[in-house]
Amino acid sequence: MAYEVNGQVVEHDEEGYIVNLSDWSRELAEEIAKTENIEMTDEHWEVVNFLRDYYEEYQIAPAVRVLIKAIKKSMGPEKGNNKYMYELFPYGPAKQACKIAGLPKPTGCV
Amino acid sequence: MADGNNDIEQQIRDALDVPCLKPGAMEGLKPFVAAPEHQEKLGFPGELVPDWKEKALAKMKDLAEKNRAFQVYLDACVKCGACTDKCHYFLGTGDPKNMPVARQDLLRSVYRRYFTFAGKYFPWLVGARDLTEEVLEEWYSYYHQCSECRRCSVFCPYGIDTAEITMAAREILDHIGVGQKYSNEIIGKVKSVGNNLGLNPKALRATLEDLEEDIEDDTGISVRIPLDEKGADILLVTPSADFFAEPHIDGLIGYAKVFHETGASWTLSSYASEAANFGLFIGSYENMREIALRIRKAAEDLGVKRIIFGECGHAWRVAYSFLNTLAGPFDFLDQNYPIPQHILEYTWDAIQKGQLKLDKSRNDHLTLTYHDSCNVARASRMGDMPGGQFEIPRNVIKAVCNNFYEMDRDTIRESTLCCGGGGGLLTDDLMDLRIKGASPRMKALQQVTEDHGVTHMAAICAICKTQFSKVMPKYGYDMDSIVSVHQLVSNAIILTGQETEEDEQNEEEAA
Ligand code: SF4
Ligand code: SF4
Repeated sequence: MAYEVNGQVVEHDEEGYIVNLSDWSRELAEEIAKTENIEMTDEHWEVVNFLRDYYEEYQIAPAVRVLIKAIKKSMGPEKGNNKYMYELFPYGPAKQACKIAGLPKPTGCV
Repeated sequence: MADGNNDIEQQIRDALDVPCLKPGAMEGLKPFVAAPEHQEKLGFPGELVPDWKEKALAKMKDLAEKNRAFQVYLDACVKCGACTDKCHYFLGTGDPKNMPVARQDLLRSVYRRYFTFAGKYFPWLVGARDLTEEVLEEWYSYYHQCSECRRCSVFCPYGIDTAEITMAAREILDHIGVGQKYSNEIIGKVKSVGNNLGLNPKALRATLEDLEEDIEDDTGISVRIPLDEKGADILLVTPSADFFAEPHIDGLIGYAKVFHETGASWTLSSYASEAANFGLFIGSYENMREIALRIRKAAEDLGVKRIIFGECGHAWRVAYSFLNTLAGPFDFLDQNYPIPQHILEYTWDAIQKGQLKLDKSRNDHLTLTYHDSCNVARASRMGDMPGGQFEIPRNVIKAVCNNFYEMDRDTIRESTLCCGGGGGLLTDDLMDLRIKGASPRMKALQQVTEDHGVTHMAAICAICKTQFSKVMPKYGYDMDSIVSVHQLVSNAIILTGQETEEDEQNEEEAA
């Protein structure tokens, strides 16, 4: 189970989350997004970048509400809402966006 | 069914309609197996042990000897068939192996073969079979198609509880090295970080501060959500989903507002930042105990007098039925209050005492029904009256909402249907099963939507809430059609000093 980017092999788990977080790169994100049928736009990147910054600080992905608040600040209320997040990431901003951002999957009753 | 019954009766039956049999429909469905590191953290072998057959039988024998109920369940079934159509996974999939009695038989047949006289000598007469690798596969598959909801046991004349058998089967599987990734990885996280999510104290604090900000922006009132505050009276233990997911977070805000208005001194704990106890799901007493002991330790360290549980179904079962056995005695807590107490008991009490200022019309945009969570309904109580676990949540909802309708009587209260994601099945790799298993509940909901215009369903379980927010869209509802009961409370509360538009006008006039 692996992605291939620029001839490099990046291992992932059963669900497509990369195993070594340090393997992440923008090219890899594009590649993961492709397997999820997502074409990365600026808006997608805005979310992915926020997730990665937040993770760097807190070692976990933010609550969806925290993410939405941040996006609202940076991109305005038309985009900073749940519905739009699901338009960008149909399988959920938490799980699908985390996968593309190279972060572990949030576990538990979520 | 078109035999002259009126429409409603006919459709009501639909929710529990018996499907055409589809033998093998769910065969081979297999959630991800736990990796060695997840297994070992829980004290289980990392992978299938070479002498798995002997180990499995030894564990089965051990369980039958130690757990009298389990043995009786294996011995007592008379194949009356009353349970066959009572499981939502059977109703949703049509797979006959999802009939409760068939699910039991997967294990019972092996038990008979090795531990009963007839089975040892005349296995063909008593449906006894050898433990083989195929049987093991079948166990793994179908014991992960049971949410341990106990609905079937309500209809069994002998009270046989398939959930107990499922738990035993999972316990046996874990002991030979075949665990389920979802549950076991999560239990490991509780042990190392304190909650299912893996939310560390720093992140938890930041999230709570963020929520305090939201409440203040919203109401103009500063409402605290304290963390790790020594000397507080009340320790609130709530599922970590309440810190992360929607609509759970709105429930948390509701608890905070209730505590604020009642002037309670309360705190959350970062050490016991999880009410859920997946040790129950895998039938592991040791793991269940270890998780429960975290709550005891947090209560002692913080010096609290009371423990209150947030909205989590199986957590309340563990708390209500086993907490004292697992982690007691709680003689250091204030004995004048229930130990433990449910947040709904607390809120209902406050409502009755008139401590909350409520404006029901703030929920007028919603028409509600209530989904009884299986573990609260069938494995616990609330308050000091029989049936309190059914009445108290409804009383609270009716105290904060004007529009409320019940779903069909056969799908609520002690006969409630599981959401389809309980018992350790709330994982993406079982999504197909989850969608199908939710269908009886969804049909009952569609019925009240048709009859009464119900728009939203309230629940008091983190698993139910997540499950419904994921599967409701498949049944024509928005994902936010599932709400927390304390979210409704939160909507209706007018905090002391909170200015409504009317107040503002009056003030201007007075000035
Ligand atoms: S406990 Fe619930 S899920 Fe399991 S067999 Fe019985 S009805 Fe089905
Ligand atoms: S209702 Fe009870 S006795 Fe009857 S078949 Fe089911 S488990 Fe056996």
